[in-house]
This record gives sequence, C-alpha cells and structure tokens, in this order.
Amino acid sequence: MIEGILIGLTTALSIKNIIMVMIGCFAGTIIGMLPGLGPMTAIALMIPITYGFEPSTGLILMAGVYYGAVFGGSTSSILINAPGIPGTVATSFDGYPMAQQGKAGKALAIAAYSSFAGGTIAAIFLLFAAPSLSKVSLAFRSPDYFGLMILGLTAVSAFSAKGHFLKAMMMVVLGLMLASVGQDTLSDIPRFVFNNMNLADGISFVLVVMATFAMSEALSIIFKGSDPTQAAKQISLSKLGSIRLDKEETKKMVTTIPRSSIIGFIVGVLPGAGSTIASFLAYGMERNFVKDEEKQKFGKGSVNGLAAPETANNAACSGSFVPLLTLGIPGSGTTAVMLGALLGFGIQPGPRLYQTNPEIFWSVIMSMYIGMVILLILNLPLIPYIARILAVPRAFLIPLILFFSVTGIYLMSFNNFDIYLMIGIAVVATILRLYEFPMPPLILAFVLGGLMEENLRRSLLISDGSWAFLWDRPLTLCIMVTIVLIVVWQIYNSYFKKR
Amino acid sequence: MQISPVKIISLLFFVFSGFYLYHAYQIRVFAFDENAPFNAKTFPILLGYAGIFFSGLYIALPEKRPANVNLSVLDYKRTITLVVLMIIYGVTILKAGYFLSTSIFLVLSYITLGEKRWFWVFALSFPFVAIFMFLLHGLLDIYLRDPLLKYLGIIG
Repeated sequence: MIEGILIGLTTALSIKNIIMVMIGCFAGTIIGMLPGLGPMTAIALMIPITYGFEPSTGLILMAGVYYGAVFGGSTSSILINAPGIPGTVATSFDGYPMAQQGKAGKALAIAAYSSFAGGTIAAIFLLFAAPSLSKVSLAFRSPDYFGLMILGLTAVSAFSAKGHFLKAMMMVVLGLMLASVGQDTLSDIPRFVFNNMNLADGISFVLVVMATFAMSEALSIIFKGSDPTQAAKQISLSKLGSIRLDKEETKKMVTTIPRSSIIGFIVGVLPGAGSTIASFLAYGMERNFVKDEEKQKFGKGSVNGLAAPETANNAACSGSFVPLLTLGIPGSGTTAVMLGALLGFGIQPGPRLYQTNPEIFWSVIMSMYIGMVILLILNLPLIPYIARILAVPRAFLIPLILFFSVTGIYLMSFNNFDIYLMIGIAVVATILRLYEFPMPPLILAFVLGGLMEENLRRSLLISDGSWAFLWDRPLTLCIMVTIVLIVVWQIYNSYFKKR
Repeated sequence: MQISPVKIISLLFFVFSGFYLYHAYQIRVFAFDENAPFNAKTFPILLGYAGIFFSGLYIALPEKRPANVNLSVLDYKRTITLVVLMIIYGVTILKAGYFLSTSIFLVLSYITLGEKRWFWVFALSFPFVAIFMFLLHGLLDIYLRDPLLKYLGIIG
C-alpha cells in the first residue's frame, strides 16, 4: 500500500495534475454554484476536454470538478437560499439564516472548513477501505456483478425520485435501451441501427450526458421561465462579513465533524444514497446529539446545523468512489458519468484496477487530499469574487452552456448527425424533466448497459440457459432478495400505503 | 375525464417499448447462435418486456401525487427558437466553420433571451470564440475543423 501511495503522490503532485485539480476545483465551484447546474453537468462539460489528456490526469480533473461543484452548491445555498445541488439543501437550513444575520462570511468559512475536514477524513477511510474491498470483490462472479448492477439501478431509482419509483424505473429501461443501440460487442451484429451508419458504433456516452444534463437543464430553465441568478441580484455579494471563527464556534465544529464524516462516508458507499441523504441524515443526527440550548438554534443559524450536512456531503462524495474503484459499479449518477469517462479512456474500473492501473487508482485518491487543500486555499479567500458569478444574467449563461454542449460533441465526432441526435434527446429530456422523470437513473443505466449484458451473457452461458444462477450462490441470493424488497416496498409505499 | 400528462407519457413509453420489442425479435443472429442460451437479441427482448411492464404498471395504478405543471406559464417561443438556433448551428458548423457559426449562434441566442447590452453581446461572441479556439487548438492541441479559417490561412 505504501508503494501505491507513493505512486499516487508522484502522479498527483506533478505540476500538470496540480494545475488540473486547481482548474477542476475552480470550474466546479463556478458551475456548482449556479442553481440547477450540479456536478453531473459540470463533469459532463469537462469530458470532451479530458479526452485530450492521460487517463489519470482526466480523472483527477473530473474529481476536482466534483468536489468544486459540491462546494459551489453550498455557496449558493448559504448566500441566496438556492441550493446548487440537492446535496446542499440541508446546508441552507442554517447557512442562509446566518447570512441573513450578516454572518455570510462566517457561514461560508464554516462550510469550507467542514467540507475540507469531511472530505479529508473520508479520503483517509477510502485509502484503507478501497484496497480491502478490492481484494474481497475479487471473489465476486458474473451473477453477483449482474445482481449488484440491478441493485445499483434499483437503489438509485428508489432514492433519486421520492414517490416516483416507477418513473425512475422507466428511465432505467430507457437508458438500457439507448445503450443497446449499435453493434453487439461479441457477435458484431447490428441492433436498432435502421441502416444508419452513424448508429453502427452506438450512441456516444458524452452525447447522452450532455443532452440529458447540460443541455436539457439549460432548456428547462428557459422553458419554465425561471432565472437562477435572480436571487443573487438582491444581495450584496461583496459585503459578506468576516470569515474568522471564534473559539466557541471552532469547538462546536470539532465535535460535529468526526461523526458527520463517518455517517457521510458510509452513506456515500451505499448504492444510490449519495450526498443528499448523507447531508439530511447528518443534520438530523446532529440535532439529536447537541444540547437542548443548541437544538433551539437549529434552523436559525446553528453552527452545528451548518457543519454537519456540509461535512457529510463531502464525505459522501469520497465514499461514492469506493464502489466505483473497487467493483467498477457506480453508486450514483455522478460516479456513473466518471465511469463512462473511464471506459472512454479504455480503462475498466473494478477489483483489478488496483493491480493493473495502480497509478490511476492511487492518484485519484491522493488528488482528493490535494483537491481539498486547494478548495480551502483557493476558494475561501476568493468567495466574494467567485460569488459574483451568481449575478451573471441567464441571457449569457444559457447560450454558453448550449455552446459548450454542442462544442463538446462536435469535438468528438465532427459529425452533424450527433448534434441533431443530441438536440433530439435534450428536447425529450426537457419534457420528461418537466413531469419529474429523474435523469440520474437513465445515465447510470446507460453506462451500465454494456457491462450488465456482458455479465448476464456469462451467467446464462455458464448455467446453460438456466436462470437458477440468480439464487444458486448465497451472495447472489442476498442481492436479489434486497432488490425484490426495494421494488415491493417502493411500489407499496407509492401506491398502497395509507397516508 | 382528464388524462394526466404523465400517464400519456407512460402510454407513449409503452408503445415505444412494444416497438422496441418488435425490433428486438427482428434482430438477425447467426444460425449457430439461434438456440444458444444467450445471443444478440436476448438482452433487448428482456428490456422490451421490462419497458412494457413498468409503463403498464404506471398506467394501471392510480396516481397518488400527479405532477402539477402549469402549461400556460411555459416559455414556448424562446425555447423553440433556441432549439431551432441549435439545429441551424448544427447544420452550419461543418460548412461555415466553427468560428463563424458559433459566434453567430451565440449572438442570436443572447438576443433571443432579451440581452440588449451590445458590448457584452459582441465581447462574449466573436472575441470569446476566438480565445476559446486558441485555447483548444493552440494550447491544448485539440483539432478543430474550420474550413473558413483554413481558407483564409488563419489556421493550418
């Protein structure tokens, strides 16, 4: 492990990669700050650029964007009560009241320190958990992987759209259907190509991510007539107050951070749960832990109430890398986008990544520490300036997002057909978003489609066409039972439970 | 009786899944693969049935929390204009070249969204695209196809 850490440090500390982390954190902060545009959009916009780099550099850039976007989301939650991402909704409960009391600088500092501490502690957990889980997961076989992928898709559907489980499952099926377009990987038989040579290689992952996130989010903002930057015009972004914390505030944070880091990391590792659930759980748990006097301050500008969700959402980000790096199965929409990018680089994450590409495995983990330090050093003093991005008019913001999306796909294919296909998918995604059809399950399914088919193929061939492989092994059986329980519970909860 | 838009979308997905399933059965596999436990059409057939199952279930079950969308407040005009502009951008990007088509797309999009500060409209289009192209083409060495700039001798 020491050797791996050194390899990772050498790669992550190269000048090029440090610059990439800085660019990633900075760009992620700016994009994540804009309400409605989350880490998935930020990473999606970066993918075409990363294809010009080595895999480790590309992944380091994307990890930086991820952290930056989560941090940026907290900034808009605190300053204008408009969370940039769902994972920072709980941050606004106490962050925004603090800003209203003239302590915006202090709230931002608490958010920054908590994010730093949560991310760093979780990265240490990741350092030990990932290699151990990699060794365990070598015992997994095709039926287990197939089951785990269905579990991941079911869990993401259950968590991503509360009360809309069937809508999310339709999105999963749609994502898998889109992934099935093109030549079959084993036999090269064309499927759903309709004699169009542009579809022979299948639909590009970048195209689907750009269309369903960056482009459709931009179109949704215009379609609904909303202005994400409106609230920022009503506050002074240059007068945020002091960022210095007193002794009592520091003491409160010191007690909150460790427990919120643990809960954030554990929730982050679970498929589908992610930073949103982690932050809400940590907020609720913290409320139970503090004294009655502090409990009264929750929702009115409590230091503990702000530090807990901020610590947990960053810890969950690190935790979400565990299933990605060790099993090759992303547990969230954002890590699904990263998996798609890795597959684009020709790298298959999984238990053997640790041995076959140690420089990627370890450099990503090491870059997390560097990213956290950079976020703290770069963003905290620059927040009053970065926050002005919130005041950029949507008349400039939306065309620029559309331009980056079209450019991204143009750079990859130099093909008009891909641009038209992207616009078509974006229009459909905009309508689906309007009626609360969640997009993360679609992306996760699209990325996992090929792997799922491959594992099903192997399982069915080994079992000579018998579906008994789903319950033959105790591990597969446990996974399948969990899936059935989630599906039944979700349908019961959505349609039959009396309220 | 008013049918919920989500039910209509589910119905469309049901029909789409049926169409997908029909085409999944039409996938031609090798003769020696026809009776294999798994071939090129096995997974798509399963997906077709899954699509029919979930959309059918949504249509059949009562909606507890229907999506509440006020269609009268939606900005159709600007959205459709932006989509049309993107299609025109897609048509012209290869022929007119990246620089010209992107700059014009940005100018028209800013104007469509009501921007009237002409200095910024100009600054965030032609010079912005030129800088962006320099970053990609000049610094990051990412190839950008632009027949117009090539013809003018600006890029190689």
